[in-house]
Amino acid sequence: MSPRRTDTGGRIDRLKTIRFTFDGAAYTGHAGDTLASALLAKGVTLYGRSFKYHRPRGLLTAGVEEPNALVTVLKGEVREPNIPATMVEIHDGLVAISQNRFPSLAWDVNAVNQLGGKILSAGFYYKTFMGPVIGPLKGTRFWMFCEHFIRRAAGLGSAGSAKDPARYERMNAFCDVLVVGSGPAGLMAAKAAADQGARVMLADLEPRFGGSANWSDETIDGAPAADWARRTVAQLAGRDNVRLLPRTTVWGYYDNNTLAALERVSDHKEQPGKGEPRHRYWAIRARSVVLATGAFERPLVFPGNDRPGVMLAHAAERYANEFGVLPGERIALFTNNDSAYRAAVALKKAGAAVVAIADVRPEPSAEMRKLAAEAEAEIFAGHAVVATEGGKALSGLKLQRFDMANGSLTGEARSIHADCLLMSGGWSPTIHLASQAGAKAEWNAARQAFLPPKSTQQWPTQHWIGAGAFTGSFSTTEAIAEGRAAGLAAAGGTSTPAALPTVEAIPCDPDPAPVFEIRAKGKSFVDFQHDVTAEDVRLAHREGFVSVEHLKRYTTLGMATDQGKSSNVPGLAIMAEALGKPIPEVGTTRFRPPFAPVSIGSLAAERFGDLKPERLTPMHDWHLANGATMYSAGLWYRPMIYGHAGETVEQAYVREAKVTRESAGIVDVSTLGKIAVQGPDAAAFLDRVYTNMFSTLAVGKARYGLMLREDGLAFDDGTTWRLGEQDFLMTTTTANAGKVMQHLEYFLDVIWPELKVHVTSVTDEWAGAAIGGPKARQILAACVTGTSVDNATLPFMGIVRGEISGVPVMICRLSFSGEMAFEVYSGAGYGTHVWEALIEAGKPFGLVTYGLEALGTMRIEKGHVTGAEIDGRTTARDLHLDWMLSKKKPFIGSAMMDREGLIASDRLELVGLIALDNRPLNGGAHIVEQIDEVNPHGSIGHITACCYSPALGKHIALALVKGGKARHGTRANVSDPLRNRFGPVEIVSNHFFDPDGSRMHG
Amino acid sequence: MLITCPYCGPRDVIEFTYQGDGNRDRPDPASQNFEAWNAYVYDRLNPAGDHNEIWQHSGGCRAHLRVVRNTLTHEILSVAFMRGTHTSTARRKAEDKS
Repeated sequence: MSPRRTDTGGRIDRLKTIRFTFDGAAYTGHAGDTLASALLAKGVTLYGRSFKYHRPRGLLTAGVEEPNALVTVLKGEVREPNIPATMVEIHDGLVAISQNRFPSLAWDVNAVNQLGGKILSAGFYYKTFMGPVIGPLKGTRFWMFCEHFIRRAAGLGSAGSAKDPARYERMNAFCDVLVVGSGPAGLMAAKAAADQGARVMLADLEPRFGGSANWSDETIDGAPAADWARRTVAQLAGRDNVRLLPRTTVWGYYDNNTLAALERVSDHKEQPGKGEPRHRYWAIRARSVVLATGAFERPLVFPGNDRPGVMLAHAAERYANEFGVLPGERIALFTNNDSAYRAAVALKKAGAAVVAIADVRPEPSAEMRKLAAEAEAEIFAGHAVVATEGGKALSGLKLQRFDMANGSLTGEARSIHADCLLMSGGWSPTIHLASQAGAKAEWNAARQAFLPPKSTQQWPTQHWIGAGAFTGSFSTTEAIAEGRAAGLAAAGGTSTPAALPTVEAIPCDPDPAPVFEIRAKGKSFVDFQHDVTAEDVRLAHREGFVSVEHLKRYTTLGMATDQGKSSNVPGLAIMAEALGKPIPEVGTTRFRPPFAPVSIGSLAAERFGDLKPERLTPMHDWHLANGATMYSAGLWYRPMIYGHAGETVEQAYVREAKVTRESAGIVDVSTLGKIAVQGPDAAAFLDRVYTNMFSTLAVGKARYGLMLREDGLAFDDGTTWRLGEQDFLMTTTTANAGKVMQHLEYFLDVIWPELKVHVTSVTDEWAGAAIGGPKARQILAACVTGTSVDNATLPFMGIVRGEISGVPVMICRLSFSGEMAFEVYSGAGYGTHVWEALIEAGKPFGLVTYGLEALGTMRIEKGHVTGAEIDGRTTARDLHLDWMLSKKKPFIGSAMMDREGLIASDRLELVGLIALDNRPLNGGAHIVEQIDEVNPHGSIGHITACCYSPALGKHIALALVKGGKARHGTRANVSDPLRNRFGPVEIVSNHFFDPDGSRMHG
Repeated sequence: MLITCPYCGPRDVIEFTYQGDGNRDRPDPASQNFEAWNAYVYDRLNPAGDHNEIWQHSGGCRAHLRVVRNTLTHEILSVAFMRGTHTSTARRKAEDKS
């Protein structure tokens, strides 16, 4: 005897046959089936192997909380592991395989682990693999040896490495009322809110709305509950102000009623529809939320409760009533509450024999006795299941008399022949989302469950209202009333409601007996997915774990992919008993997002690949067209070199730098940060921001400035140009443009609101070209009109305005390269035009374009600092910029820069290095006094920038070295064990080339 | 988290940048009182409850805002422009006394 499809009943379409495979074997099912229901209908009892012991496992549930029947779904090369078979809707061509078994599901080598149960108990890893090596078989090294085998034996499905070709989408949505869960409570809430005109979203993780209405035998307004649900959904679907989201798991509840949901748009189809993504991630902002998420049935904990064929009572009811599948022919029930009796009746009606109902309670009510009679089942009151029998399917079970007052078992065990055992240990409201939203669950002794708190105890930024089983109101009558009240309240409605739908329900006392575990010989599972037994929980207690949080981590209870949906409360109850405390004192853990696993693809959605925006200078296309190799500097793309055919990078930059120093070179400097600082107090503001004085700067002149942070360390440098009395153009380093802007805004807004200054980022408004070299002035003279560029008109640090090729330009004579140099700024839109005019004018003079490499080379030769030296740890003194620290005024950082540690004599200071072995140096290499290649140590500093200097004909570097200046003229060594570069260097001044600046002042 | 910018209206927190504890008093710029400077540069309040914070609407109007936020619940109790509203730190002084 085995499970089978019934001839009638259920909400599947028997006329539509669907073909799929499981573990390579072909199966058929019907439209409306899940993988679980279709396989069960074909008599499949074995679905997976357990995590640690590799025990055979069958279906425990029919829904999202399924811990056992996890499968991997294959789509071409792409594999998605660990999906509950209960959540996979079958479609033609579906390929699913079981997990954690080798070589096959039916015959698994690692099932031998069951024999080692004592060894693999709670804390196995900690006890066996942590700590020092004592003897041959302990310690971390032993772990490293064993890891490979253990990882293979323990675990879930394996992830694939193929690229996922599916498309994912992200959607932002706003609504007045989000209803989570579409059982009777959720449907009523959605309807009530929609009737008030509210914008409503209704989400359910199942494909069919209706929740328990889909499988209960109740009637609502005289019709089967499922028909009532379908009618209500149809009404909702027809309204403009309602959006229905089936197959949508609301998995996260965040601040200010922001909720995250995953819609599985096309997993249930052979091919996605045109334009359909696979999954859609919803970020929903809801004015208020109705939580109608129902409840999860709990297993009972008794020996052999994990054997295939042992199933939750409502799951069997659901398989029979919703899918037309009988999970067995001879069915026994084991319960501590009334709700399981409904399942007995349903299964009897569907055609199974209900052979026994074992009820831990000594006196089941008269109503329950009536139901049992209806199911033609014998009641064993005050009995418990103490063992199950069978291998890959259940063959029988043993009952014993049970006293729920003290948990004792007495009398002879009695064998019952059954192929399916349904258990019910009471119900736990699905409070996950409320818990995520900060609600502290309260233990309700009558319901033996954690219930959400009253809405008055919510966090002030969250607005949810609970309804139905979520609140512990397990009857449909209550669910309907609460649902409507919640919907009305969520929509802010006050209208007098019409009469509520009438429910014809099967009587059911919602309060279970406080029995969680039957203690008898054998493994009794609490957490099915992580193979945590009741004994593991007690062992954890014996070993001193008293906090529920520690218990959870030590035993891994509730830490599997199902996050303890069915195991949480039984685990707590067993822990509480061991501690001798009531459950509320033990407390519960807080639930965190996600409620159920979420595809990473949906979180990324369209944001994958290279996510950086690209910032391109106005001359970008020209650079590409003229042979530039581009280099990404932050978000910017800048020419690295303009290589000639056959040139190496080094040959190219050496040529570019050499030609620049011999005749002239031009470089794109549009990326420099540019900030307009304007207003009556602009000069005073700059005096406070820069270490040096700017109020004394004449209009039409520029000055090099240095900024410190409040803590006295160097922050950024650049030139600032005084364009008018109240009008400055500040330039910053490329990398710090944003930070400096923010810094200025902060001080203006927060510290000195009285200053009349406005700052505007104008980086993108200007194109900049720096042209330098002995012939630079001649080139400018050849193309600039409207102004002279001679030394009198345009002295060092002078600014003139003129035109190049009809375009207004601003020219400032300043130098980074150390040559006589000019920065030419024009409107960004004219950048290429001006650049081309300069190139054209430069042709007779041998003008060369140069990139970042040559720029860096020339600045190293000059000993100028950049972000590599202004690294957030150096002071102005470290960089020999103390001449810029004004003593006439306070400035940002002035109070903190003279702290003891910042003026100590052993600080790292900027120096120059020359490689004495004439070999290239490496950035980041350490400087040592003595080389020790075997045991490198004794760093006195490190290299910040290096190059081959064409001007010196040597490999040189800038470095930060302890005691800096005092070491000028001495020898040291580079020690770079990673790149195996050791060798002698000479420490010199950072001003390698033209130290008195005669070339640029010239 | 939603912050209601006085210019731009209610906006998601991703548009804002946290700029630190709003209870700090910058000493007189000419002051050489290291203790005071040290407290200003390095000390931050970290209350479990209402906190006086500075946020910049960096992805919007770029104004700096004084935001009173409950660090336990993320409730935003008030939002105001920093500019022109930089009052003394009575709150901190009160705490120092207690």
